[in-house]
Amino acid sequence: MVTIGILALQGAFVEHEAMVRRLGAQAVQVRKPEQLADLDGLIIPGGESTTMGLVAERWGLVEPLRAWVRSGKPTWGTCAGMIMLADRATGQKEGGQTLLGGLDVTVNRNYFGRQNESFETWLRVPALGEAPIRAVFIRAPAIVAAGAGVEVLATVPGRGEDVIAAVRQGNILATAFHPELTDDLRWHALFLAMVENPVAVA
Amino acid sequence: MNEASKLPVNGTHSNNDIITGSFAVKVGLAQMLKGGVIMDVVTAEQARIAEEAGACAVMALERVPADIRKDGGVARMSDPRMIKEIIEAVTIPVMAKARIGHMVEAQILQALGVDYVDESEVLTPADEEHHINKHKFTVPFVCGARDLGEALRRIMEGAAMIRTKGEAGTGNIVEAVRHARTVNGAIRQVQNMDEDELFAFAKELRAPYALVKLTAELGRLPVVNFAAGGVATPADAALMMQLGVDGVFVGSGIFKSDNPEKRARAIVMAVTHYNDAQILAEISEDLGEPMVGINIDTLGDAERMAARGW
Repeated sequence: MVTIGILALQGAFVEHEAMVRRLGAQAVQVRKPEQLADLDGLIIPGGESTTMGLVAERWGLVEPLRAWVRSGKPTWGTCAGMIMLADRATGQKEGGQTLLGGLDVTVNRNYFGRQNESFETWLRVPALGEAPIRAVFIRAPAIVAAGAGVEVLATVPGRGEDVIAAVRQGNILATAFHPELTDDLRWHALFLAMVENPVAVA
Repeated sequence: MNEASKLPVNGTHSNNDIITGSFAVKVGLAQMLKGGVIMDVVTAEQARIAEEAGACAVMALERVPADIRKDGGVARMSDPRMIKEIIEAVTIPVMAKARIGHMVEAQILQALGVDYVDESEVLTPADEEHHINKHKFTVPFVCGARDLGEALRRIMEGAAMIRTKGEAGTGNIVEAVRHARTVNGAIRQVQNMDEDELFAFAKELRAPYALVKLTAELGRLPVVNFAAGGVATPADAALMMQLGVDGVFVGSGIFKSDNPEKRARAIVMAVTHYNDAQILAEISEDLGEPMVGINIDTLGDAERMAARGW
């Protein structure tokens, strides 16, 4: 049985924990660097990415997390988690914010606007089968540019053009929306499959 | 745990199956705020300090509750210009307060683009019988509650997030503890009831049966539940987290203290590490003077904000 760590600094980590357990894997909350040992995969949940970055810095988690991602360990970021995994972000607070990096994309924070513009919709995701999948976007970011090594899994209508809402690169998965707020387990199943069969990363 | 999926969805449908303002979307933002601290701020400068300290959202208002208490008079929605300046100043969500029952203040706040409206007893109530019909809005609402019945009545009216009322502006945690314990106790009671008893208990709570039953099934409130009212120290925040709330509002406690930056940061850390006494000891050190507290017993009935709301 694989063990999935959920970064539990702030945000919707309990929801991810419940979904991982429903799929029969073990889930543990991660708040300190030493808790990264013995994990097979890591989920960085939704929440406020600035808060997570600041708390991670204060408890010396930033470098261990960077090393974790760099070493090719399976990692999934949802919403705020996707922002943290991005190599580049725009629309940050004054003075910028702490990013982990590792995912060769440019993310626009709060691309879709404020809460009044938060929305749910149905996405077509070929990697997850025929049936459309419900997706909840909360003050969501979008990927506005992605490197050649990044596989686009889903797009969504943005301001005048489609933007990227889900990607995979090596053992990194990133979604701009929140599968943990729905009852559909397919995204979590996809991540667990990535954890069970990680690709070799140079 | 999927709190939103079992509750009524009343969204606005538009083209391309993009649905805004649904209950799932409203509850969703509250879920993202969990494990975080929402701080009262009265200027853009304070909002930046709060963001820098790790606040997961700020509450924009003209006067913190301690000053509302001191000044007396009618407390109303804040000046839209100030709210706009705060929205401009930070990237984190911005909340603002409307008076109980004042749907026009709430409409104005929605038009300004605030991310959450707090229908708050800290302001002077505008309606002594009716709360705002929150289903009619795209913007989500948070409401205060002292007990399970009050919480479920607010959820019935469309609140997507609940907080304890506490006694705002006192720096005294006792009322927030009372409200959290009262809600928790009632939830444990309903979990042990059969259907016949639930019917009778719902009547006693003055709450809709369906929501009482849902609460019993979930073993918690059907929406995110924060602590508010009287949080002044990291230990206060951790206490509320150990009592089972999902996060903490801090009103006067930060910017009425000696060293707001340091205290704000410490309270943020306390909410993440609420179960780690070693870390709590470390971050509680040398924070300077907290806000001056008020003993609730010395407040007259008219000064008790928690009693507002029905």
